[in-house]
Amino acid sequence: MNVVEFRKVTKAFGRIVVLREVDLNIEAGEVVVLIGPSGSGKSTLLRCINALEQIDGGDLLVDGISVKAGRSQVRVIRQEAGMVFQQFNLFPQMTALENVAFGPRQVRGASKAEATTQAQALLAKVGLADRGHHYPSELSGGQQQRVAIARALAIKPKLMLFDEPTSALDPELRHEVLRVMQSLAEEGMTMIVVTHEMAFARKVGTRLIFMEDGRISVDGNPTTLLSNPENPRLREFLQHVH
Amino acid sequence: MDFDWTVIADALPALLNGARLTILIALAGLVGGLVVGFIAGLMRAYGNTPLSAIAFGYIELIRGTPIVVQVMFIYFALPVLAEVRVNPMTAAITAIVVNAGAYIAEIVRGAFLSVHKGLKEAGLALGLPMWKVLVYVIGPVAFRRMIPPLGNQFIVSLKDTSLFIVIGVGELTRQGQEIMAANFRAVEIWTAVAVLYLIMTGTLTLILRITEKRMRIL
Ligand SMILES: Nc1ncnc2c1ncn2[C@@H]1O[C@H](COP(=O)(O)OP(=O)(O)OP(=O)(O)O)[C@@H](O)[C@H]1O
Ligand SMILES: [Mg+2]
Repeated sequence: MNVVEFRKVTKAFGRIVVLREVDLNIEAGEVVVLIGPSGSGKSTLLRCINALEQIDGGDLLVDGISVKAGRSQVRVIRQEAGMVFQQFNLFPQMTALENVAFGPRQVRGASKAEATTQAQALLAKVGLADRGHHYPSELSGGQQQRVAIARALAIKPKLMLFDEPTSALDPELRHEVLRVMQSLAEEGMTMIVVTHEMAFARKVGTRLIFMEDGRISVDGNPTTLLSNPENPRLREFLQHVH
Repeated sequence: MDFDWTVIADALPALLNGARLTILIALAGLVGGLVVGFIAGLMRAYGNTPLSAIAFGYIELIRGTPIVVQVMFIYFALPVLAEVRVNPMTAAITAIVVNAGAYIAEIVRGAFLSVHKGLKEAGLALGLPMWKVLVYVIGPVAFRRMIPPLGNQFIVSLKDTSLFIVIGVGELTRQGQEIMAANFRAVEIWTAVAVLYLIMTGTLTLILRITEKRMRIL
C-alpha cells in the first residue's frame, strides 16, 4: 500500500497557485529527495502531507487516511508522519531529553519513566547520549537538529518529512545530521527530504523528484538523473546547486 | 513648619487598615483580572471571528473609558439598570477585575503571538491538539515574556485603587483623606500615605524581579 498518495492535489495561497493537480505515490521504504527552484512548492507539498497546510482540491491520503477526514484523523496522520524543520523548532523551555520525551507522553500516553527511557535511547541513537540535560540554547545547530530528529522519531512515525534539514547549518555541521538521516534510511524508514545536498540524494535517495511551478516535472532514479539530466531545466538547476 | 511624628503615630493604625483594604482590592481584583485577561487575550489571539470580536469590544470599551467612570457605573448605574445592589468593596474589586482584565488581555495576546510560529507547528506536527500546544508549548514561552508587562500592570492597578475614594471604600487614600479632614496635618498624612504606597509597590517590584531572575526568559 502507498504510504502517501497525492490525487490531483491543488493548493493555493490566495490567488497564487502553489500546487497544480499533483499526482504522487510513495511506497514504504522509499527515500524521496525533493528538489526544485525556490518557490516551486516543495515545502508546501511536504506541509500538505501532515496537514500543516490544507489542500484546496483533489485528495491526499497518508497511510490510507485522507487529510480531509477531520481533526482527529489529522492528528493520527501527524503521528504517522514525523516532521523535521529547517529551523529545528525545539521547545526552548525543555531540555533535549524533555523535548524528545514530550511527544510520547502527550500523544501516545506513555508514562514519564517509559518516555524518558525511550528518549534517552533515541538521543544515543543520534549521538547525543550525553547532552540530554542541555537546553536547546546550549546546543550547536547540528546537535539541535539531531534532537529534533529524535523528537520526531519518538512518536514512532511510519514516515519522516524533512524540509531542508541542513540549510540553516554551517557546512561542517551538516554531515552529522546527514549521517543520522542516512542510518535512518538504511533502517528502512520511508522519507521525503527537501534538500540541496546532491551527494545525499545520490548516495541515500531511492527516488529524485524535481518540482517546477507547482508541478512534478521529473521523477526518477537519483543516480541516473544526476549523472545524465535530460530535462534542460533540471540540468540548469543542478548546475546552480553544485 | 515642623514635622510632627506623633501625628503619624496616631494615624498609623487607621492608615494600615486602609493599606490592608488596598491590598485586598488589588489582590482579588488582579486574580480575577488575570483570569479575565487570559480568556479575553486568547479569544483575541486564537478565537474565531465572533469570539475575537467580543473580546475586542470589551478591551476597547474598557481602554476607552476612565476607571473612575467604570467604578461609578458599577456602583451607581448598575443597580438602576439591573437592580443588583453592590457594596463599595464588591464594586471596587469588580472594577479592578474588569479594568486590569482588558489590559492583561492585550499583554497575553501580544506574548502568545510573539512566540515564533515554528514552535506551534512543531507541536501540531507531533499530533497534539491545539489546546495542548497552547498549554505546553507556546504558553510557557509566552508566560515568561509576560512577566515584565504584567508587573507593570499590577503596579498600575494597585495605585488605581486610590481612585475608589469616589465610592467611599475605606482604602489607604480614603483613610488619609479622612484623617486629614479631622486634623489638617496635610504634610505628615500625605507623606505617610505616599510611603505606604511605595512600600507596597516596592515589595511588588521585588517579587517580580526575583520571579524574573528565577525564570530564564526564552
Ligand atoms: N503561508 C503562505 N502564504 C502565502 N504564500 C505562501 C505561503 N507559503 C508559501 N507561499 C508561497 O507559495 C509558493 C511556494 O512556496 P514554498 O515554500 O512551498 O516553496 P519552496 O519550493 O519550498 O521554496 P524554497 O526553496 O524557497 O523553500 C511561494 O511563492 C511562496 O511565496
Ligand atoms: Mg521551502
